[in-house]
Amino acid sequence: MDKYIEMIRIRFLMMLAYRTNYYSGILIYSINIGAYYFLWTAIYGGKENIQGLSVIQMTTYIAVAWMARAFYFNNIDREIATEIKEGKVAIELIRPYNYLGMKTMQGLGEGIFRLLFFSVPGMVIVSFIFPLNYTSNLLTWVLFGISIIFSFIINSQINLLTGIMTFFLFNNDGLIRAKRVVIDLFSGLLLPISFYPLWAQNIMNVLPFQAISYIPSMIFTEGFQGKEIIEALIYQFVWVLILILPIQILWLFAKKQLIIQGG
Amino acid sequence: MFYLSMFTQYVGQYMKTRMQYRADLVVEIFSDLLFQAVNLIFILVVFGHTQLLSGWQRDEIIFIYGFFLVPYALFSAFFNIWDFNDRYIVKGEMDRILTRPIHSLFQVILERIELESLFGVVTGIVIMFYAGSNLGLTVRWFDPLVFIVLVIGGALVYASIFIMLASIGFWSDARTSVMPMVYNIGNYGRYPVDIYNKAIRFLLTWILPFAFVGVYPASFFLGRTEWYIYALLTPVMGALFFTLAIILWNIGVTKYRGAGN
Repeated sequence: MDKYIEMIRIRFLMMLAYRTNYYSGILIYSINIGAYYFLWTAIYGGKENIQGLSVIQMTTYIAVAWMARAFYFNNIDREIATEIKEGKVAIELIRPYNYLGMKTMQGLGEGIFRLLFFSVPGMVIVSFIFPLNYTSNLLTWVLFGISIIFSFIINSQINLLTGIMTFFLFNNDGLIRAKRVVIDLFSGLLLPISFYPLWAQNIMNVLPFQAISYIPSMIFTEGFQGKEIIEALIYQFVWVLILILPIQILWLFAKKQLIIQGG
Repeated sequence: MFYLSMFTQYVGQYMKTRMQYRADLVVEIFSDLLFQAVNLIFILVVFGHTQLLSGWQRDEIIFIYGFFLVPYALFSAFFNIWDFNDRYIVKGEMDRILTRPIHSLFQVILERIELESLFGVVTGIVIMFYAGSNLGLTVRWFDPLVFIVLVIGGALVYASIFIMLASIGFWSDARTSVMPMVYNIGNYGRYPVDIYNKAIRFLLTWILPFAFVGVYPASFFLGRTEWYIYALLTPVMGALFFTLAIILWNIGVTKYRGAGN
């Protein structure tokens, strides 16, 4: 366990060394959220609420969705792909740790860094500029916290799956990009799932993606109430469990399939 | 002439490497289509809840998006430099580039071409014709010519912004998150700028002039006369920003210290 915590720490320090450009990142993120704010204001065009969300809730939703993304987002799929292509994965596999576990921990180190140095100051700055509504209910914050941890796990699991696919495809930049697009759209980052037509919502209900962004953002904006929150958290937890299975299976095959292309 | 033959040689090599991993190439083209579909879906879903966006109809917004895809496709096919910092500066690849007798930016661009992105031109034109026929637009004799000029102008605007951002890497070799973020801002040129407030409109017009990639030039074809001046400014902005970008790049190269490996 110690070595995994150490890996989180090292990645955190690595990110810390490059922290200056995160400040400019916050500025640009704010511009980004701002542009969405105007877009959604124009979309609402005086309407009180759409699908149960007021325009302020909608703006908060977008702001939180993007700030939470800084936490759960990582590039471990791309890192795995690069290590496979460069042959480094051979060395990684003989080291005394679980390779996939280690990658997840590195992602977590990055996530914690961005949460502290990007999301938190970002949320404060954004709330000065735009009319956002942060709840004062402590319980909501706690539930949101639990929810984004699940988001991180599910997003990392999907990244691991995509990364492992490199063992079979050898070059999977296309798949990585496709995955990113699918997550942006189906996770609820761009549009709350409840805005989609019903048939599309039904499809998304059997996919894991809305657990990444829609659920934490809805909890934060209090778009979910009472029983809905519990159900949403269970939904996330179940997907965490389900996704373990394909990762383990693919990983077994991948190790047999391994071809070192260099190194 | 020499540059042209270098270009064809690089393209030839590029085709060979891409054909090596055909499955991936197919997935990549598919993921591009998916990416374009995402934004279309966004517009369609949004217009499921509203009729007008600041006085613009659904099909006008779709048309703007279709137009945007064309210069954007040219940009992503030929100016794929957004990992420049990591790849060339942090890893010291720039050393290799600088020992060769071709302009460094040209080489970097050639090494990073992604020709499959050109499929976006087709998608864009299809979307424009779809939206255009819904709106009852007709193609006038000069439209194709104006279209080409505006598309090149737009692509140059887009390219210049990213060349300038890449040039920053010469001064600070830290990993930067600015590029993906600016890339996100780039998407706002696809929507009519009159939905934003003055500050953002100013930003999108003069500082990060993404509006010249989508809404301004597209409004020429939509017959939105109030934006005609901006539409015709598109090639001017493209040329101006591109010149600035090249100057900045050239200064940057002299500041390059070589990170080694």
